[in-house]
Amino acid sequence: MLSFIVRRFGLLIPTFFGVTLLTFALIRLIPGDPVEVMMGERRVDPQMHAAAMHRLGLDKPLPQQYLDYIGKLAKGDLGESLRTRESVWHEFLTLFPATLELAIAALLFAGTLGLLAGVIAALKRGSLFDHGVMGLSLAGYSMPIFWWGLILIMFFSVSLGWTPVSGRIDLLYDVEPVTGFMLIDTLLGDEEGAFLDALRHLILPAIVLGTIPLAVIARMTRSAMLEVLREDYVRTAKAKGLSPSRVVFIHGLRNALIPVLTVFGLQVGTLLAGAVLTETIFSWPGIGKWLIESIGARDYPVVQNGILLIACLVILVNFAVDVFYGLANPRIRHQS
Amino acid sequence: MNSPVAVLAHSHRAPPAPVPAVHDGTDARQEPAMSLLSIKNLSVRFGGRDAVPVVDGLDLTVNAGEVLAIVGESGSGKSVTMMALMGLVEAPGIVTADRLEFDGTDMLTLKGRQRRHIVGKDLAMIFQDPMTALNPSFTIGYQIEEVLRQHLGLRGRAARQRAQQLLERVEIPGAASRLDAYPHQLSGGMSQRVAIAMAIAAEPKLLIADEPTTALDVTIQAQIMDLLLDLQRDQGMGLVLITHDLAVVAETANRVCVMYAGEAVELGQVPRLFNAPTHPYTEALLKAIPEHSQGARRLSTLPGIVPGRYDRPQGCLLSPRCPYVTDHCRAQRPTLDPHPFGAVRCFYPLNLTEVTR
Repeated sequence: MLSFIVRRFGLLIPTFFGVTLLTFALIRLIPGDPVEVMMGERRVDPQMHAAAMHRLGLDKPLPQQYLDYIGKLAKGDLGESLRTRESVWHEFLTLFPATLELAIAALLFAGTLGLLAGVIAALKRGSLFDHGVMGLSLAGYSMPIFWWGLILIMFFSVSLGWTPVSGRIDLLYDVEPVTGFMLIDTLLGDEEGAFLDALRHLILPAIVLGTIPLAVIARMTRSAMLEVLREDYVRTAKAKGLSPSRVVFIHGLRNALIPVLTVFGLQVGTLLAGAVLTETIFSWPGIGKWLIESIGARDYPVVQNGILLIACLVILVNFAVDVFYGLANPRIRHQS
Repeated sequence: MNSPVAVLAHSHRAPPAPVPAVHDGTDARQEPAMSLLSIKNLSVRFGGRDAVPVVDGLDLTVNAGEVLAIVGESGSGKSVTMMALMGLVEAPGIVTADRLEFDGTDMLTLKGRQRRHIVGKDLAMIFQDPMTALNPSFTIGYQIEEVLRQHLGLRGRAARQRAQQLLERVEIPGAASRLDAYPHQLSGGMSQRVAIAMAIAAEPKLLIADEPTTALDVTIQAQIMDLLLDLQRDQGMGLVLITHDLAVVAETANRVCVMYAGEAVELGQVPRLFNAPTHPYTEALLKAIPEHSQGARRLSTLPGIVPGRYDRPQGCLLSPRCPYVTDHCRAQRPTLDPHPFGAVRCFYPLNLTEVTR
């Protein structure tokens, strides 16, 4: 198991460098530079522009800039935002819990509902429920997130008034940020109604963000379950006189989970990508919204390192999934 | 000429002595209460009530402590019969029977929980391919303990101890350490031993072995058969052996049921059935054994294939392939009729003189 982890970890290093190179190049491919954006509508004095670029170290040749960037990274320095002069790391830490809270809520929504729907659809194959779930999940998977989010806001927030339109919590509440997770912080604080308000703010974004993972998980669970239920060992389990729920959930789902788990890991990437859109639609103060604004401002350090941090996160999650995959599937674990 | 049994018995194991007090269960007038398993007019259909049955009007009995072999080529309904008994025939399969009685319980109408009190406990089954019959995600210890927990209420240390004893009983070396092994770490023979340990965990009264050695190496096959018979004698359990292998039947079974196209065509005792088969199909099966064709240029075979769903003959199902066929055979379907040594589904049975008939 240890060698398995070490080997998987070794694979992370090239991925890491690939990401730095890609973000470094991509942000510079966008027309315009930070100084131009800061100057805004006014005409930029070429001399001032050059001086500002020099001050920011952006007048050096690109390879040199890249090496400087990597050199700073090696020292653990993620630089500071060109806009706010705040440390990128600090900004990330402040905003990340909001995104994490949203992502966890979305995954819980997608995971529980997706597994349940997938298992039932597989058990009742060919039924109305099965066709319904498969049709809805295809629709959900094809849904553009921004459109879906707006539709839900129009219906539930504007027409019905059930949920707030945007933000994490009503401005009336003054919540002390202890953990950064609004649901936990409101529970720790003593303001009445704050927790429920935070929860109501969370529901719609979580549903919007969780829709695609929900669709993928439901379909994947269904097909994996259908395959597993045909296996000989499921027949053996029945021949042992085990209860149907034991046969389905212990002997069936346990094995069906192996491919579903992989998809689950891949969905974390989709989730963070989706978070950018979802956070923008719902004005959710997380890293997605932060990155979008930084790209607009050509805030190179924030974009480069923010994306790098997200990439690391995706890599780490997939790494964790791989390790967990080894735990879930004894055949992988012993293969080394 | 050698007796076929002597030819078949290529290992030095002697054929089992017939179990005492076991009378010929093929007699239709026999008391049903005497039998451990009593099947009357069992049919299994797939695809609606009017579909051609996979198993058609099968009568079968198994007595306590008896070894019954069910032989026949692929698709003759051997496995499906036993799956029906276990309640493993799933929709769209339809099981009908006049009687499907195991140990005094009607298995046909039995529902969920009650069925699960019997299946896996008094009535256990092992399957053809041991490499896929065990769940790859759980240790074999867990999978054995599961049966002990379900049927005997054993938990924790007691269950583990019993599981280890069971592994020792099926002659798995290093049983204690094997408890934590996963199925993929075991060979096919070992896996089948584990499957057997699982099946006998609750000391069943009847064990159904569905081609238990087909997927295994020849050398392992004999070991597994020895083990099964040893367990059968040891625990006094009934054993239904579904197999293609007539040599195994000759060495192990007390009684044989020969199936063809979903019907029982001959029931008889070992070794008489081997020496004097009464049904032409049984005779053809015996002739097709390579050891019986020594000196011949070609292996004796029965021409043609088992009739499928659309070419079922109106008369005897074997009539298109039977060397002794008459117009009567083509026109009418024979019934399974008892004779002094068993029963046969043929208008012109072989090896029965007029006196014995």
